[in-house]
Amino acid sequence: MATSTEARKPPLQLAAKLRRVLGGQAGWSGFLLQIVFVTALVWIGYEIVENARSNLAAQKIASGFGFLSNTAGFAVSQALIPYSESDTYLQVFFVGLVNTLVVSLIGIFFATIIGFIVGLGRMSPNWLLARIAGGYVELIRNLPLLFQILFWYLAVLATLPQPRQSISLLDSFFLSNRGFGLPKPIGTEAFTAFAVAVIVAIIAALVLRVYARQQLFAKGRVIAVWPITLGLLIGLPLLTVLVLGKPVTFEYPVLRGFNFSGGLRVLPEFVALTLALSTYTAAFIAEIVRAGVQSVHKGQSEAGASLGLSRGATLRLIVVPQAMRVILPPLTNQYLNLTKNSSLAVAIGYPDLVSVFAGTTMSQTGQAIEIIAITMAVYLVISLITSAIMSLYGWRISRSMSA
Amino acid sequence: MKRATLMFSLALAASLTAQGASAQTLKTVKDRGMLSCGVTQGLPGFSAPDDKGNWVGFDVDLCRGIAAAIFNDATKVKYVPLSAKDRFTALQSGEIDVLSRNTTWTLSRDTSLGVNFAGINYYDGQGFLVRKALKVNSALELNSASICLQTGTTNEQNVADYFKGNNMKYEVIAFSTADETIKAYESGRCDVFTADLSQLYAERLKLTVPADHAVLPEVISKEPLGPLVRHGDDQWLDVVRWTLFAMINAEELGITQKNVDDQAKSDKPELKRIFGTDGNLGETLGLTKDWFARIIKATGNYGEVFDRNVGAGSKLGISRGLNQLWNKGGIQYAPPIR
Repeated sequence: MATSTEARKPPLQLAAKLRRVLGGQAGWSGFLLQIVFVTALVWIGYEIVENARSNLAAQKIASGFGFLSNTAGFAVSQALIPYSESDTYLQVFFVGLVNTLVVSLIGIFFATIIGFIVGLGRMSPNWLLARIAGGYVELIRNLPLLFQILFWYLAVLATLPQPRQSISLLDSFFLSNRGFGLPKPIGTEAFTAFAVAVIVAIIAALVLRVYARQQLFAKGRVIAVWPITLGLLIGLPLLTVLVLGKPVTFEYPVLRGFNFSGGLRVLPEFVALTLALSTYTAAFIAEIVRAGVQSVHKGQSEAGASLGLSRGATLRLIVVPQAMRVILPPLTNQYLNLTKNSSLAVAIGYPDLVSVFAGTTMSQTGQAIEIIAITMAVYLVISLITSAIMSLYGWRISRSMSA
Repeated sequence: MKRATLMFSLALAASLTAQGASAQTLKTVKDRGMLSCGVTQGLPGFSAPDDKGNWVGFDVDLCRGIAAAIFNDATKVKYVPLSAKDRFTALQSGEIDVLSRNTTWTLSRDTSLGVNFAGINYYDGQGFLVRKALKVNSALELNSASICLQTGTTNEQNVADYFKGNNMKYEVIAFSTADETIKAYESGRCDVFTADLSQLYAERLKLTVPADHAVLPEVISKEPLGPLVRHGDDQWLDVVRWTLFAMINAEELGITQKNVDDQAKSDKPELKRIFGTDGNLGETLGLTKDWFARIIKATGNYGEVFDRNVGAGSKLGISRGLNQLWNKGGIQYAPPIR
C-alpha cells in the first residue's frame, strides 16, 4: 500500500525535467560533463582564432573586417542595387549577394515548374510524352552541371548575332550576344493612382474570397468569385488609366556605339546560368515528383472517383497533398543544391557572391580567412532559411492532412 | 575555383596555427628535394606545358634557375598552376615556395598580403586587344564597349580608373581563368580583351585567326611583373632575388649558356668572384660556391631566356623594349654580384 501511494506522488516536475533535458540519462553528472565539453570546444575555437590572428599579424597579412569599408575600385556587370567603382567592398558583398539570390530564386521557380511538368509527363499514358520526359531526365541529370552552363553560354547564347545585327521585335526587344534588351517602364504622374487601384483591387478580391467561403460554409451559398475578381483587377486600374492617362512610359533600348544603351538588359551570363541551373535541377525534381505521386496508393484516387470527384479535383485534393508529404524533403534538398550550384557562375563571368566577393575582393585584399568565413556563413544562412520555409510548408501540409 | 580557394584557405588557417611565421623555406625545399613553384594555368611564352607536357616559359625559367641553384638540377620543380585570384592564397598557405606568375608589384599587395616581391623580371603595361573589323584605332574610342578580363588582377582596377577618368561608359565581364576570358572574347561577348601587353600577345596566339585582332597603342598602366615569396623569410627572399639578378648580370657580362664553362675558367677578378673560384658569395646565400654557373647552365642569361620564350626567337616575337638592359636603352638593371 505504502509503495503504491508513494509511486503516485507527483515528482518534482521542474527539477526532474531540467535534469532530464540538461543531463540526459546520466543526470546531473552528465550535465557537468556537457559543460566541460562545451567549455573545451569554446576554448579550442578561441585558441584557433587567436593563434591565426597573431600568426597573420606576424606574417604581415592583413586581418580583421576593416577592409569592408575600403573602396573596391572595380566594376560589376550586373548590379541590381546602386553600385559604382567608388563604393566599398561591403557594397560589393551586397551586390554579389543580391545577384546570387536573384539567380537562385528565379532558378528555383523555373526548376519547380519544369520539374513538375516533366515528372507528371513521365507518368503520362501518352507514349511519346512519357518517352520525351524520360529522355530529358536521363540526358540532363547525367551530364555535369558545369558542362551544361558552358554549353548554354558558349554554344547557344554566344552564337547570337552582334548588337548591330541583333534580332529585333517591334524595334523594342533586341536579342544579341550582349543579352536581351527590352523596354524599361518608367512611372508617370498617373502611376501612383494606378498602383493604388491595383492594390485596392487585390484587397477587395481577397475580402470577397473570405466572404464567399464564409457564405459557403454558413449558408451553403456558392458565390462565383472569379468573374468579380477579374472585373475588379482589370476594371479599377483601367478606370485610372482612362481618367488620368498612361501610368508608365517606356524607355527603349537604342544602339549607341558598341552596345545598346537605355532600356533594360538581361545579361547572357544570367540567362545561361538560369537556364542551366533550372533545367538541371528540374531533371531531379521530375524524379522526386514521380516518386511522390507514385507513393500515393492507387486506392486513393479510386476512392476519390467513387465519391464523384472529377479527375482534376481528385489530383488536387487527394493525390497531390499526400504526394507533397513525400516530395517536400527531397525537394528542399534540390532547392539548396541549386542555390549552392549557382556559385559555378564564376566560370561564365556572372557576378555572383563567390565571383565578386570570394573572388575579386579576396584577391584584392588577400583576406582569405575572413572572406571565406563570411561567404560560408552566408550560404549556410540562405540554406537554413530555405529549409525553414520548406519545413513550415511541410508542417502546414501535415497539419491540414491530420485535421 | 571555389573549391581550390576554400582548400587553400583551410590550409592557410591550418598552417598558420601549426607553424607560425618563422618559416625556413630554403631548408624546407632542400629537405623536400623539390621546389614548389606557382605558375599560370597556361600562358604561352610565360608558363605553359609544351607538347611533351613539360612546363616551359619565361616565368618557368626562373623556377628552373632557382632549382638549379639549389639542387644543380633544373628539373626538380613541381609546378602548381594557379588562377589569378588563387595565387596569393596558395603562397600564403605554403602550398608553393615561390610565385612566378606574371604578378604586378603594387603597394597594397606588398603590405597587406604577407608577401614580398623579389624583383622585377618583366616591365609591362596594360593594353587592349580588339578586332580589326571594329576599326578602332585608340582606346579613347571604346566608349560603351564590353570588356572581358580576368578577375583578381590589377587590370580590373586599372580599367575602372581609365574609363572613369576619361568619362567613358563600359561593361566589364570578369572571368576566373585566362582561358575562359579569351573564349568569351572570341565568341563575341566582348568588344575588348584587356590584360598586360605581354599577356595580350600570348593570348592572341590562342585565337583562331590571330591576325584579325590588334593591340591598341594606349598603355594605361605600369605593370612591373616579378616573383614573390612569403613575408618574413629574408634568406629565401635573397635566394629568389639573386637568381634573377644572376641572370641579368650574366647578360650584362656576356656570359651565356654556351660559354659559361669557358668563362668560369677566366682569370678576371670579377668573374672569379662570381663563379666562386674566389670568395664564398654563393655560400652566404645559403647555396654553393658555383651557384651562378649552375643557374646560367640551366637557363642561360636573362636575354637568352627572354628571346627563347617571348622575344625574337619565339612565336610571340615581343621586342625587348623596357626590358632591354639599362646600358642598351632599357631599364633592366641588377645590383652587382660582389
